[in-house]
Amino acid sequence: METLDLVIVGGGPAGMAAALGAYEEGIRKMLILDREPQLGGILEQCIHNGFGLHRFGEELTGPEYADRYIQKVTELQIPYRLQTMVLNIHMAEDRDKLITAVNEEDGLFTVKAKAVVLAMGCRERNRGALNTPGTRPAGIYTAGAAQKFVNIKGYMPGKKVVILGSGDIGLIMARRMTLEGAKVEAVCEIQPYSGGLTRNIVQCLEDFDIPLLLSHTITQIHGKKRVTGVTIAQVDERKNPIPGTERYIECDTVLLSVGLIPENELSLGAGVQLDGVTGGALVDETRQTSLPGVFACGNVLHVHDLVDYVSEESDLAGRNAAKYIRHQKAEATIQRKITASGGVRYVIPQTIHLPVTEDQRFYFRVGDIYNKVKITVKSGDEVLYQKGKAKVVPGEMESVAIKADVLNRAGADLEVTLVQEGK
Amino acid sequence: METKNLTCIVCPVGCSLTVTLDGDKVVSVTGNTCKRGEAYGIAECTAPTRVLTSTVRVEGGTAPFVSVKSKEAIPKGMLFEAMEAVNKITLHAPCAIGDVVIEDLCGSGIPLVTTKGVKKR
Ligand code: SF4
Repeated sequence: METLDLVIVGGGPAGMAAALGAYEEGIRKMLILDREPQLGGILEQCIHNGFGLHRFGEELTGPEYADRYIQKVTELQIPYRLQTMVLNIHMAEDRDKLITAVNEEDGLFTVKAKAVVLAMGCRERNRGALNTPGTRPAGIYTAGAAQKFVNIKGYMPGKKVVILGSGDIGLIMARRMTLEGAKVEAVCEIQPYSGGLTRNIVQCLEDFDIPLLLSHTITQIHGKKRVTGVTIAQVDERKNPIPGTERYIECDTVLLSVGLIPENELSLGAGVQLDGVTGGALVDETRQTSLPGVFACGNVLHVHDLVDYVSEESDLAGRNAAKYIRHQKAEATIQRKITASGGVRYVIPQTIHLPVTEDQRFYFRVGDIYNKVKITVKSGDEVLYQKGKAKVVPGEMESVAIKADVLNRAGADLEVTLVQEGK
Repeated sequence: METKNLTCIVCPVGCSLTVTLDGDKVVSVTGNTCKRGEAYGIAECTAPTRVLTSTVRVEGGTAPFVSVKSKEAIPKGMLFEAMEAVNKITLHAPCAIGDVVIEDLCGSGIPLVTTKGVKKR
């Protein structure tokens, strides 16, 4: 059996950044496994621009952003196998990991590795998870599937479109299909705010006068063989349709952009503990999961809105996997939990080992729109850090950087919370 | 004097800008966190521009389409005209990332370039 230091599951932006991070820390015996025929993951179909502003200081399209990493992986001759499906990950008795995968060329094979980085990304929620009544006619797609049809295969899923959910992919597809000649009738968002980035609302909807109907949902999809229309309605605070607000919109296509879920079947099979809120693994400050030597990063850990942060997080995971492989991880003395409260939905990482030698960044998302808040990090009753922010929204990930010495002073578990300004 | 409320889209922060106009002339931009926001506010109210991204048909390649973009932002009002020009084109594989597809997109002076490579089949 082939024995390696590191196996990386997924060759998208997360997997590639993790591989490069590990490489820079001296790891050579590694392998990236990906089920697609090329590296780059979902970025291949994200042909719009806006990637890389933080990482490269310029606006790149998805394929261009991926290409920067593919070039490096190729240049450094980091091995990868494509069209390879990882079937399961097992912990061996000696704490090594056994990764079983299958592809056409090698058939079924198992490799052994000291560490694994999980970088499988996420998938879209689909209609089944949503309970929209009606028949199941053709013409209903997730926004990501439509994106693949239009951008990779070059055909349009329809001419008259209603989009359910205002996630970023849905907004991007509203513009893309409009430019290709379709009429996007409306974007219905059940929440009173959009789930997408503000810039996408401006450039993808407002630019083309596409109505964004907040607090609206599709109550019925019409059509036998093909979608012929939808009934939409306004919803109350409890998300129940308000009688009398129903409206029929004729359309031949419904796109679903109602959220993304980390793809953690493999992680669960391996025994990784997940966070009920993120749907991703519980990790510490090194992005190590509950299984020693198994790390997670990118959208499989929590759904990001910017790929730049995926790269940053994955670089960290890759470097820490390298340290684990070299047994360099400092013996942790104290473990502290990091919890979310007061409007904060979740925090990554969920635990931290003290003392730390480097400053730490905590990433989090809020559950609603809040104006004029102080992002606050507490340890017990002691406030360790506070930063004022004019506005925080659910669609945009937030982060706070905390100095190592401040963290090392923490005498109790940590909590990230929002405090209303003036209190 | 007229005021316009805009969301700056230069970067993902998305600052809320207030642009005060005197006719066609911008008097002030407020709400921006950085200089680029001011420039955006002025441009958006006088000559709005957008980067166009799309795909172009490829013959004889490992993929039937290749992604493209306008190398710089083009006037917003030109987007649909530019799409027509883009959809008329067929490339022949191979093409490399950054290849110029159209030298001057609809008289904007901005080239259309590929954003990925396609190998020969
Ligand atoms: S004003 Fe500056 S910081 Fe604010 S959105 Fe525009 S570019 Fe970003």
